[in-house]
Amino acid sequence: MSHHIVELNDVRHTYPDGTQALRGISFRITHGESVAIVGANGAGKSTLLLHLNGYLAPSGGTVRIGDMPLTRQTLPEVRKTVGMVFQDPDDQLFMPTVYEDVAFGPFNLGLPREEVDVRVMQSLRTVGVDHLKNKPPFRLSGGEKRRVAIASVLSMSPDILVMDEPTTGLDPFARRQLIGLMKEFRHTKIITSHDLDMVLDICERTIVLHEGTVRADGPTLAIFSNNALLKECRLEKPLSMQGCPRCGRPEGGI
Amino acid sequence: MYSTQEIYEHQAGNYMIKNGSAFFDFNYLDILARGDTIIHRVDPRAKVLTTVLFIIAVISVGKYEISALLPFFLFPALNISLGGLPLSYISRKILLLSPFILFVGIFNPFFDTEPIIRFGAFGISGGWLSFVSILIRFALTVGAAFILIATTGFNEICTACEKMGLPKAFAVQLLFLYRYIFVLGDEVIRVSRARELRSFGKRGKGLKVFGSIVGNLLLRTWDRAQRIHTAMLCRGFRGEFHFRRPPGFGSAEAVYTVAWTAYFLLCRMVDIPGSVGDIFSRVLR
Repeated sequence: MSHHIVELNDVRHTYPDGTQALRGISFRITHGESVAIVGANGAGKSTLLLHLNGYLAPSGGTVRIGDMPLTRQTLPEVRKTVGMVFQDPDDQLFMPTVYEDVAFGPFNLGLPREEVDVRVMQSLRTVGVDHLKNKPPFRLSGGEKRRVAIASVLSMSPDILVMDEPTTGLDPFARRQLIGLMKEFRHTKIITSHDLDMVLDICERTIVLHEGTVRADGPTLAIFSNNALLKECRLEKPLSMQGCPRCGRPEGGI
Repeated sequence: MYSTQEIYEHQAGNYMIKNGSAFFDFNYLDILARGDTIIHRVDPRAKVLTTVLFIIAVISVGKYEISALLPFFLFPALNISLGGLPLSYISRKILLLSPFILFVGIFNPFFDTEPIIRFGAFGISGGWLSFVSILIRFALTVGAAFILIATTGFNEICTACEKMGLPKAFAVQLLFLYRYIFVLGDEVIRVSRARELRSFGKRGKGLKVFGSIVGNLLLRTWDRAQRIHTAMLCRGFRGEFHFRRPPGFGSAEAVYTVAWTAYFLLCRMVDIPGSVGDIFSRVLR
């Protein structure tokens, strides 16, 4: 199943105002992996994500999604392969009702009406919000919006799920539910987040960005145990790995 | 057991309390639009068409006419009663907009002082007549628009317009406007609250700050538009929108449209209040 691969080779990006957001990023994510991309504010996470669906073109280097290099010609195919969940669901849910929003992608793929209906209902059921299908998006709660946003991407059956800060703004229960949901997905997952406990729960591999470069790339647990690295990259150990000031549990125990 | 209508009203009541601001309680119109009455079931196209014809008919009435406008009240009255709409809510909506129209018409009595109707020594000037006529026409047309939204729903209206030949770009613009007016409204409320909390007395409330707030909102809107466009591209957008089809245009729709159109024509051609008055005076004689 080679088409679930994401490969970046020395990707550089300079914004028109001269800001060098990415300074040579290389990594390879293979089928079925769950990878977190973490880093301080301004480390280049968002810029990197926008390269994965071809919204931004690299100033240098190459992006390969599946078997294809990302070019203008392969763009439609790539966008079908990579499902992107945005940080702010309000940006993603633009259609008048939940149903129409989830149906937006499949219709654009040119699927017949019956197939679209099947896919929409399936995606809505997967994230547990099929009862909301006739509601307008602006009347949903934050957690519901997030679920619908995920459904709107699932309905295109992407091979690769890219999520930008999926747990921001959720209450603890909704966050926990979302983590459970994401664990069930068999897709290749690429997640950016500052919620390092969630990363620890879901992603076995972590890539640390620092000032537009890959500072570290390895097993999540190993990376989060490296105090010096975390400090240098303006990160902190996930709470669940920190020592407990109340019960005296030592640092590093889970 | 509650009727659906009662549940809608209950939900709507909650919304009004939560949002408070009268300008942003469009939510309630949307909730009303989910009702299921004989009027709600008419195809959106028929309702849009009829409402447009109604508005044209009302506007085309001469500027000193008042009695000729009265028969037109049948249209909103029937729609409100058959559509199960709360009259108080619709009238409040109209009242809310009325200050604007008061300004439009308020100078008529001063400029147009020629008396047109006389009761003995009293004369009513053309200015007053046209002023009242403007107010009535305003109430009729704006009321009809609100009733249309409350019995049809904004999205369905846009789809209907598109199906009747409005260029897709306009229909989609309208839809996006409706979708994001709430988001923008929220942002406006948050920004004004932030300003409120940090301004004391008159300081910080000047026009200059207002200007920069508006500029800021504009830039944010621009950013958001870009993000939405990205989201659309990510899901394969190529300029085509697909909506669920509205119900068909059947015989009921044809009857609805034709009957109302005929009635509007009748109102315009025949002076109904005048004829009724004639009949009465003849009977009394």
